[in-house]
Amino acid sequence: MIIRAMKDDTGGQILLAVLLAAVLLVPILSLAVPDSSPLHLSTYTVTLLGKYLCYALLAVAVDLVWGYLGILSLGHGAFFALGGYAMGMYLMRQIGDRGVYGDPVLPDFMVFLDWKELPWFWQGFDMFWFAALMALLAPGVLAYLFGYLAFRSRVTGVYLSIITQALTYALMLAFFRNEMGFGGNNGLTDFKDLLGFDLQSDATRAGLFVASALALGLGYLACRIIVTSRLGRVTVAIRDAESRTRFIGYRVEQIKAAIFTFSAMLAGLAGALYVPQVGIINPSEFSPINSIEIVIWVAVGGRATLYGAAVGALMVNYGKSLFTAVFPDAWLFALGGLFVLVTLLLPRGLTGLLRQRSAG
Amino acid sequence: MRISSLIRQVVLGSGLALSLGITVPGHAADDTIKVGVLHSLSGTMAISETTLKDTVLMLVEEQNKKGGLLGKELEAVVVDPASNWPLFAEKARELLEKDKVAAVFGCWTSVSRKSVLPVFEELNGLLFYPVQYEGEESSKNVFYTGAAPNQQAIPAVDYLMDQGVERWVLAGTDYVYPRTTNKILEAYLKQKGVADEDILINYTPFGHSDWQSIVSDIKKFGSAGKKTAVVSTINGDANVPFYKELGNQGISAENIPVVAFSVGEEELSGIDTKPLVGHLAAWNYFMSVDTPENATFIEAWHAFTKDSKRVTNDPMEAHLIGFNLWAKAVEKAGTTDTDAVEQAIIGLETPNLTGGMAKMLPNHHITKPVLIGEIQEDGQFAVVWETEETVPGDAWSDYLPGSKDLKADWTAPIKCGNYNTKTETCLGSEGM
Amino acid sequence: MSSSRHGTRGNAPILAKLLLFLTCLTLTTGLSAETLEATLAQLAERSFKVKLEAVESIATSEDGRALSILEALAAGELYTWKGVPRVVIGRKSGRTMHLLDPLTGQALGEGRAKKIILNNAMRVALRGAIAARTLSSPDPAARLGAAREMLGDTSPAATKALATQLEREQDAEVRAAITLALAIARLGAQEADTRLAAVTALEASLYPEARNALLPLAEADPDPAVKAAATKTLEDIDQLLAWNARAETLFFGLSLGSVLVLAAIGLAITFGVMGVINMAHGELIMLGAYTTYLVQSALPGWIDYSLVLAIPAAFIVSGLFGIAIERTVIRFLYGRPLETLLATFGISLILQQLVRTFISAQNVVVQNPSWMSGSWQINPALALTYNRLYILIFALLVFAALLVILRRTALGLEVRAVSQNRAMARAMGVRSERVDALTFGLGAGIAGVAGVALSQLTNVGPNMGQAYIIDSFMVVVFGGVGNLWGTLVGGMTLGIANKVMEPWAGAVLAKILVLIFIILFIQKRPRGLFPQRGRAAEG
Repeated sequence: MIIRAMKDDTGGQILLAVLLAAVLLVPILSLAVPDSSPLHLSTYTVTLLGKYLCYALLAVAVDLVWGYLGILSLGHGAFFALGGYAMGMYLMRQIGDRGVYGDPVLPDFMVFLDWKELPWFWQGFDMFWFAALMALLAPGVLAYLFGYLAFRSRVTGVYLSIITQALTYALMLAFFRNEMGFGGNNGLTDFKDLLGFDLQSDATRAGLFVASALALGLGYLACRIIVTSRLGRVTVAIRDAESRTRFIGYRVEQIKAAIFTFSAMLAGLAGALYVPQVGIINPSEFSPINSIEIVIWVAVGGRATLYGAAVGALMVNYGKSLFTAVFPDAWLFALGGLFVLVTLLLPRGLTGLLRQRSAG
Repeated sequence: MRISSLIRQVVLGSGLALSLGITVPGHAADDTIKVGVLHSLSGTMAISETTLKDTVLMLVEEQNKKGGLLGKELEAVVVDPASNWPLFAEKARELLEKDKVAAVFGCWTSVSRKSVLPVFEELNGLLFYPVQYEGEESSKNVFYTGAAPNQQAIPAVDYLMDQGVERWVLAGTDYVYPRTTNKILEAYLKQKGVADEDILINYTPFGHSDWQSIVSDIKKFGSAGKKTAVVSTINGDANVPFYKELGNQGISAENIPVVAFSVGEEELSGIDTKPLVGHLAAWNYFMSVDTPENATFIEAWHAFTKDSKRVTNDPMEAHLIGFNLWAKAVEKAGTTDTDAVEQAIIGLETPNLTGGMAKMLPNHHITKPVLIGEIQEDGQFAVVWETEETVPGDAWSDYLPGSKDLKADWTAPIKCGNYNTKTETCLGSEGM
Repeated sequence: MSSSRHGTRGNAPILAKLLLFLTCLTLTTGLSAETLEATLAQLAERSFKVKLEAVESIATSEDGRALSILEALAAGELYTWKGVPRVVIGRKSGRTMHLLDPLTGQALGEGRAKKIILNNAMRVALRGAIAARTLSSPDPAARLGAAREMLGDTSPAATKALATQLEREQDAEVRAAITLALAIARLGAQEADTRLAAVTALEASLYPEARNALLPLAEADPDPAVKAAATKTLEDIDQLLAWNARAETLFFGLSLGSVLVLAAIGLAITFGVMGVINMAHGELIMLGAYTTYLVQSALPGWIDYSLVLAIPAAFIVSGLFGIAIERTVIRFLYGRPLETLLATFGISLILQQLVRTFISAQNVVVQNPSWMSGSWQINPALALTYNRLYILIFALLVFAALLVILRRTALGLEVRAVSQNRAMARAMGVRSERVDALTFGLGAGIAGVAGVALSQLTNVGPNMGQAYIIDSFMVVVFGGVGNLWGTLVGGMTLGIANKVMEPWAGAVLAKILVLIFIILFIQKRPRGLFPQRGRAAEG
């Protein structure tokens, strides 16, 4: 099945090969190679790469629904953030009595808000398996409910895009509220350790990098399997002619809801891996602008190729890291210009250019 | 066709170059001391933070004119965290790990500080944080040169009580600084005998722009026959529409004065201040303060920005104090090594701009005078009240149940940011 | 004129007592010209306490010149002459300061002087003192102001002054105001009959002072008849207040709605009619606001008129930017609507940074002309702020103008033709390229005009566009893409819904509820409030 999925997918093969190489090399270069060596990878680079990989997985999830199902989701940041919050809640519980107020159960911000006991929705997050499950389930259930309702009512096109945006916007405002019990504007931060491993140690960081790379690789494979399967052909049919597919007898809304849910869960997974690497999760992750940016990564990389989405996410974010340091005062010109040029000159994204060259 | 294929080549080529560039480490020149500047230059916080970036650049330039530090030239490294909180952590790591800066001047919002805090603690860097904040924190690696709640909020409320205010509206943006300040104030007011029904607390989101209903509520609350005042912890951006609405709905400072903790000269420079004359602000510095130090500073600022209309404000003074204390500490320690500077800086003093001295305390906060100013027609504040002596910053509030037994002391033998004086133990963030 | 007449606000009873005490003192001694001069010198002191005392003693002075001094002080015209320790009146003309003697009005030449700074307590005292002195002024408007100012002042001195003035007062409006003030004062009378009459006089009064004064009577008046009457009057007042509050909420909602409509209506053209997902829409609004700023800076003495000038200027600037964007980028992207999102997002970043680089990263000051400040006081409990009122009217005018352009002009016809069937329109000889550019320019220009209006309400800074872009899309989609009426009704509905919910839900929760409402509404009507019909609606 995997072989069939990856056949005729040169870009994907290269992506997986690079990921495999990274999984093997990065821990060695970061942990075993001495600091003085030019080959040494600094913690900064490792966490940065790990963060990019999470973004790449998120972009792949968006490409699955946008490229193959025709749903332009402007709210995938919400699923990413929900996954992140699930992980963040676990990490908060792991702090235990090492918080600044030394309360054995309550996170610092609850002590500060004068809460006496843990709210019900925080129960269970002291167990990793539960948090991991919630990181997938919370976005999954939300996406299913939302998708099922919207697809059943045949909300399509820009209407669908805008209500996904309304979704993430509403969640952002909700999570900003201190009364919600998710730390308000500050969100969740000051994490100490994950499964007993110190989050500040280089080994944990390398481990998280490997986990992100594996997640991206497996996520990519799963998406590939879906799009090359019979189901995948139906999704493309829905994308190109929804009514016709429905008349043939497919239950369009079920298929759409299922793919949408799967994509949201991938986004949640990306978020869960992202949070321990950047050390903070807060409501600005729900910001509608973030979700628009994700779509832009996909477009820059090349829509409906999956690997293009990953490449786009890596490139744009690398560009952002670089530009904000090199031209702090003018980097938006560079980034904005890049978006305009890519749209005008490379309608199939950066990877489209490569495909074109290899074909020609 | 040829041109477009050329452009494609360029885009492709630069893309590849970028992807390779990632592992090239920055090479630090040994003959300079690097100073990191971590302020948002784009995004929502840019309106406030770009001024602080310019301030640090000016301070670095002036220090270099005086011969630098330890015989070396200072070099400012500016990055843009773009008002994006995770990016703050990334950029902090970049400054400390890649650029190996000796100290970082930066952050504005509490969440940005919280975001970079673990990075500074892990990599043992130094952060000078120049903005008034909620307290409840003291890190070995952070110096808080802005006001703690006891250096701003409580004296302001005392002043208003003295002016006969009996009814209070505590209005703030919904985030941790207003929440803490209002909690402290609520406890303080109740302790002073203010009844529950005489306190109205209201929170609004960031950048709130439609204040019609809230201002109308304040007006109704204030017409109950008792002298009413509004204590505003409304954050930067939202203030302009708030004050415009106040002015238009006819709430004058004589009826219901508003005392703000986040409105300074910079924020007022976006508003027509005529209807706002008499509303108050509590700070530790005003541009209008008449001292020779302040006149020199303003002159230098105007020369640096080449704009004689640019205003100065409280966080700028905080950066000036922080920078001077750091420079003194580096000279005293003879090195820029974090641990040495951290110990050397405690107890050092430098003149502030209001005619007193700012001293770095063992809890990493500084001493500050508290000034209360009334808004004038020209957008400046006239000082109507000030503390006779400087007030030492208190990291842990005495009015919050969780923190009243805590204290911070980074000198031997305690060396702890949250030391419980009852159990005599250090919780959580010990000196590493 | 008796010196015992002075007014202070009811909310400063201590001050009233203090003044009364001072009055008793000065009645016997009187302030001679020399002491007035000495008191004047006190105003130059640094301590606000000393200055307040000086104001109070001038207030109680029998000297006829006291009023002009108080007025000069209140107007911020009193200065201390630098070098000469003396209080003077200063009049600035250009860079020079002309000094006058405050007691004689004699010119003292030019000089450098430092303004005497007031604090709130002094301003309150000044206002009261001036009111008490102007109650017998020949100007009816001044008397009216003074009577209003003395509302709620129940000191015997004030009551006496009011009663004296009532006897000789001719002006009906002033009489009413004085009667009201007297009624409030007489609520505290010893005799039950007087109180009862006062309660009756306060029927349906919406002044908060009246309501506050009635409260203790309704709660615990020894006389049952008075108590019952007070309770009944209070109930009536509360009912009236509730109606006023409803009217106010409606106005707030319409005002918020008009802001939403203004912000969204340009998008209704670029996105609704042309199908361009124009993420740079917010920045086009921002450009309009900056144009206002630039026009105001260019015409510093013309604040009252420059705003009107800024409207066409902003239309042209944003419109030209729009045409440039259309000609250089968007025209290559027709038929690929999702890619317009990518490109226009890039453009929005560039425009933001452009403003940051070439103007300033800080917010800029856009002044309110005098006719946009203040409020229209319909009754004591209901006032509509002028800026919001004008913006509401302006939004409706813009909407009407746009409707006329699209329905009644040749351009409008062509725009509709191209948006409905491009190929057919071209076949009929419509120059679709020109129409595209003009349509986009029109939408962008309208966004610029919205920026002029928004500059009067909120911050003008590089990020201001970001604050409106999400809401604008919500409004257009909620109303139905491609339908101008939908945008109007949609924006107003969302505005009112938001404001109706705000009092009990709070600002944040109200907004969240509105968003959830939009999501659910789209399930019910997947094409918005006013769905577009026909083939163009598909796809």
